[in-house]
Amino acid sequence: MQRLRDLAISDSGFVFDPFSGATYTVNGTAQVLLDGLKRGLDRDGLVALLRERFECSTEDLPRDIDDLVQSLRMFGLVPGGFEVRG
Amino acid sequence: MSRPLYDRPILARHQTGLMNKFSRVASMQPQTHIDGVPVQTLTEAYGSPLFVFSEKTMVARYRELRDAFARRFSKVRVTWSYKTNYLDAICKVFHREGAWAEVVSEFEWEKARHNGVPGERIHLNGPLKTEATLRRVLPEGTLIHVDNFDELALLERLADELHLTPKVAVRVNMSVGSLTAWSRFGFNLESGQAMTAANRILAGKRLELVGLHCHLGTFILDPDSYREQAAKLAGLANELRRAHGAILSFIDIGGGFASHSKLKAQYLPGEQATPGFDRYAAACAEGMAALDYPAGQEPTIVLESGRALVDDAGTLISTVIANKRMPDGQRGLVIDAGVNVLFTSFWYDHDVVPAQPFGGISEPTVMYGPLCMNIDVVRDTIQFPPMRTGEQVVFRNVGAYNVTQWMQFITYRPAVVIIGADGRHGIIRKREQLETLLASEEVPSWL
Ligand SMILES: Cc1ncc(COP(=O)(O)O)c(C=O)c1O
Repeated sequence: MQRLRDLAISDSGFVFDPFSGATYTVNGTAQVLLDGLKRGLDRDGLVALLRERFECSTEDLPRDIDDLVQSLRMFGLVPGGFEVRG
Repeated sequence: MSRPLYDRPILARHQTGLMNKFSRVASMQPQTHIDGVPVQTLTEAYGSPLFVFSEKTMVARYRELRDAFARRFSKVRVTWSYKTNYLDAICKVFHREGAWAEVVSEFEWEKARHNGVPGERIHLNGPLKTEATLRRVLPEGTLIHVDNFDELALLERLADELHLTPKVAVRVNMSVGSLTAWSRFGFNLESGQAMTAANRILAGKRLELVGLHCHLGTFILDPDSYREQAAKLAGLANELRRAHGAILSFIDIGGGFASHSKLKAQYLPGEQATPGFDRYAAACAEGMAALDYPAGQEPTIVLESGRALVDDAGTLISTVIANKRMPDGQRGLVIDAGVNVLFTSFWYDHDVVPAQPFGGISEPTVMYGPLCMNIDVVRDTIQFPPMRTGEQVVFRNVGAYNVTQWMQFITYRPAVVIIGADGRHGIIRKREQLETLLASEEVPSWL
C-alpha cells in the first residue's frame, strides 16, 4: 500500500505517482475513495464515506468501488492480489 | 452546503504519443439531434439500434459533386453506385437529382428498373454477367462495361442472335501512383490488353464501342490519382481515334472519392484529410486535358461515386447495454449494435460521440457489440466520457456500404429511417422480426 500512500493528489484531481512518474486524472468520487483506501477503510466504510460526501441515489456503490480497485491493480498502484476488505 | 452529485469513480492514466486521439477529446461535443430531430424522438419512434439518413446531406453532396465537375467539363453524368446503398428511398433521392444507375448484378439492375430508371440509363459493371442476365438487359439498351474476353465473345454471339448492336464500354485497369491496382476487373492497360479488347470490338462490328471505364478503388485520399488515371484513359482514347477514327461518347472515371470517415491506418481525421470534390474534379480535368478530340465532340465524363455521396448522410444510433472494466485497464462499453450492423468498423475508426450532454472524465474505451464473438469490436480505443446504461451514442458518416453489407447474424437487423429536407421523418426499411426471417425458410415434410 506504500505506492498508494505516496501518490500526490492535487485538489483539481491531478495525480502523480513518484514511483513510476506516471500521471493520472481522478474525479471527485475516486479522490474520496483513494483517501479512504489510504486510511485502510473496508467496503462498508468506503460506502459510508461516499454516502456522506455525495448525493447518492440508486447506484451500486460496492460495484463501483471494485471497479476503481481493479483500475488501481492494473496500473500497479496496489499489489496484484489486493482486495477491499469486507 | 449541499453535497455534490455522485459520479462513478474514474482514474484515468495520462498517455503520451496519442496526441491525435486526445486533441479530439477536448473538442468532443454530444450530438443530441440529427437534422433538427432529437435522437431520443427517433429511438422512441423506431427503436435502437437505428440507421438515420439525412436527405439534406445527400442532396447537398450530390450537387456539390455534380457542380464541381460541371464547372470543368461540358458534359457530366453522375450515376448512383447501387451497391453502396440500394434502399429504394436512398436511390430515389439521387435519381430525382438526375443520377443514372451503376449496377453490378441482375438484382441491382432489377432494383434500378423498379426505381423507374430506364434500361438505357443503367451502366452494368462487374464480373457477373450471365447469359440470362444479358438476354434480359440488352433489349432494354443497358450499357455494358465489358470485363473479360469470354464476356466479349458472349456479347457478340447474343448481338447476332438478338439482332441488336449492344452499346459497350471497355473496363480498364491500370497502375496509378502507389495505389494497389484493382487488376481483377476489366482489361489491363499497361500490357496492351485494353487496346486489344477495344480493337476487337471495333473490328467485330457487332458491338458499338461507346466508352472507356476505370474504377481505381475506394476511399482514395489523393486527388492526383485521378489526374494520372484521366491522362491514361485520354491516351487510350487518342490511340483509338488515331487507329480507327473512333470517337467515344463517354469516359467513366469510376467512384472512389473519400467521405469524411477515417481509415484505421489514417492519421488525420476526415475533416482534415478528405479532399473536397473540387480537388478531385480539378485533378481529373488536368489529366483529361491530354484528350485530343474534335471541338464539340468531347465525351461525357461519367462518375460512379457511392461512398462520397451517402457516407456523410448516414448515422447509426446505438444504446449502451453495459460498462465493464477490461483486464488492460480500459473501459469496455457494450452497445446494442455490433459489426453485424456496422460492418465498416472492420476498416474505419468511426467518429462516435454521446447523444446526450455529458460530464466527467474521459477514459480509454473500447466499444463492443452484442455478438458472442471476439471480433465484435465496433470501435477500438477511443477516449470517451462516462456513459450510463440506456444512454445513446451516435456513429457518424456511416451511410455507405453498411445497409448493404450488414449481416443478419444473432440479432435482427435494425430499422432505417430518413429525415426529409423539411424535418419530416419516415421509415425506409423496417426492423426485421421473426416473420421476416421465417418467410424464406421451409421445413421439409419429414421433419
Ligand atoms: C465499378 C464500381 N464503381 C463504383 C463503385 C463505388 O465506389 P465508391 O463507393 O468508392 O465511390 C464501386 C465500388 O466498389 C465499383 O466497384
